[in-house]
Amino acid sequence: MALTVSDLRSRLGADATEIIGRYPKPRSALLPLLHLVQAEQGYVSEEGIAFCAERLGLEEAEVAAVTSFYTMFKREPVGEYHVGVCTNSLCAVMGGDAIFADLKEHLRVGNDETTPDGKVSLEHLECNAACDYAPVVMVNWEFFDNMTPRSARDLVDGLRTGADVVPTRGAPRLCTWKQASRILAGFPDEQATAGHTAGDPSLAGLRKAREQGWTPEGQR
Amino acid sequence: MTTILTPELTAHWDEPDSFTLAAYRRGGGYKALPKALAMPPDEVISTLKESVLRGRGGAGFPTGVKWGFIPQGDGKPHYLVVNADESEPGACKDMPTLLANPQALIEGIVIAAYAIRAHEAFIYVRGEVLHVIRRLHHAVAEAREAGFLGRDILGSGFDLEVVVHAGAGAYICGEETALLDSLEGFRGQPRLKPPFPATAGLYASPTVVNNVESIATVPWILLNGAPEFAAIGTEKSKGFGIFSLSGHVMTPGQYEAPLGTTLRELLGLAGGIRAGHRLKFWTPGGSSTPLFTDQHLDVPLDYESVAAAGSMLGTRSIQLFDETTCVVRVVLRWIEFYQHESCGKCTPCREGSYWVVQMLDQLECGGGSEADLEKLLDVCTNITGRAFCALGDSIEAPVKSSITYFRDEYLEHQRYGGCPFDPEASTLFTMENAR
Repeated sequence: MALTVSDLRSRLGADATEIIGRYPKPRSALLPLLHLVQAEQGYVSEEGIAFCAERLGLEEAEVAAVTSFYTMFKREPVGEYHVGVCTNSLCAVMGGDAIFADLKEHLRVGNDETTPDGKVSLEHLECNAACDYAPVVMVNWEFFDNMTPRSARDLVDGLRTGADVVPTRGAPRLCTWKQASRILAGFPDEQATAGHTAGDPSLAGLRKAREQGWTPEGQR
Repeated sequence: MTTILTPELTAHWDEPDSFTLAAYRRGGGYKALPKALAMPPDEVISTLKESVLRGRGGAGFPTGVKWGFIPQGDGKPHYLVVNADESEPGACKDMPTLLANPQALIEGIVIAAYAIRAHEAFIYVRGEVLHVIRRLHHAVAEAREAGFLGRDILGSGFDLEVVVHAGAGAYICGEETALLDSLEGFRGQPRLKPPFPATAGLYASPTVVNNVESIATVPWILLNGAPEFAAIGTEKSKGFGIFSLSGHVMTPGQYEAPLGTTLRELLGLAGGIRAGHRLKFWTPGGSSTPLFTDQHLDVPLDYESVAAAGSMLGTRSIQLFDETTCVVRVVLRWIEFYQHESCGKCTPCREGSYWVVQMLDQLECGGGSEADLEKLLDVCTNITGRAFCALGDSIEAPVKSSITYFRDEYLEHQRYGGCPFDPEASTLFTMENAR
């Protein structure tokens, strides 16, 4: 059910005030406010835009113009789990194109579409800064590294059936899209100290140096 | 064998709690900060100048010089902004740094802010990395709790607040002036320079924008001294840096080494190209830097040598492709990326990227003629240098270099009537096993 601007005022007002208070100038709060609206609604609705505009003293058109610039802001609802497959050159070549094609067929959705049960939406992504873990799939912005068509299919099946799905590098408890958006708005959950720190590729050079007996030169 | 790798920033990443303040201090963290706070700010800046640390975000501008551009006594607030918007295709060093060692960044931020006399700092981190963002918030909270942030840091009288600001999916916000527009709550579109951020940055106030790795390296320099840092690397490219190897390599990953290390040396440590295959082409510094081939294995990976060989060191983002890979497909996909990420402000980039994609798409599908290669180069020439920022220039880099080294492969597509490569051959998995 769509929320009115008045609903958003009462639900998000205090959080919005806190966000705006972080910045020397209120308008800087616009991106986190849009993340906050997504945390409540799952996407940026007309009402969400009106709410941000009201809080920052902007025209709704100004807020809409910012919203449409950034790919993470969605103007339509996405799935509870938003699955992104990197299809930038390196991931594509290493298997990302095959994974994306396979998932479209398996889920019977196209790019930027959601399964009828509302569980999973699919999008092809640009480079997500994990090329040493290619091919990379993201779910609600957590890393699922070194994927294959089969492991990606198992992943989305798990998301749809409510299985325990754990990122390869991320928090142990996978957030929903709305929970993830709240973290992006600057309200982190309690999982910072849990989960992974460095996978094998992150440690490749360090391990090789140890093996060779090369130690840091700087005093520690 | 002489020492090739120099794990410094990466030295403790294999400790399970390496991201915590306790682990960072156990490894010697926060010893540089009191040293810096005991120095006059200008002396911190001159130490950085003396170290000749050059910006690790790609452009390679000397960090200390950038700090020195901030006008002092101007009565305006100063800002430090950390560019953690890592999104260059191939770049994957800052996100693991922030996951495993965010406190090195926080200590560097305090030192840098003290030097430029800023009391507010922002970490602009790309939004698509949830756990990295959690770790950053946690690091700021831990540092604040321990008195390394907030009011009167370590009794020095210096105050600093740090805000973690998540982006929302726009490659262009890695360009420093687009990042500032985005941080001000606008569409992330680059500004015309001058004025540079040092005089008119965030909220038109003096601002330093530095890459994560640049700032995270600052504590090392303060602790060990500028001469120690400058003793590593080459004559003009000092110090160590993280080299990111990805693609068709046996052991992809992060390799921290002195600037000037060659790909041959790095590949030797990474087990070489995947078994049974050979190197075809690679990027020294991400997709925005002209391609290299197997002729360039011995080019020292420092700013000067890479430039002399016709490319750019960039972010040391080494993407390796073997002989199963179609260069036209790879270049097309990169240009589709630039087309998608062009902010639309400058006509040559906005329109030109569409033209180049259409022409490349036709060539990849076996259409077009040899004359189209000249037309493609001509269109690229008309984009480069004609846009506010370097995104436009980035379109030319892979196109021109791929035509230089692989002209015949483009023509082979026309003779064959389509792409002559089997895309399954370049994947990491055999399709039967993967399905």
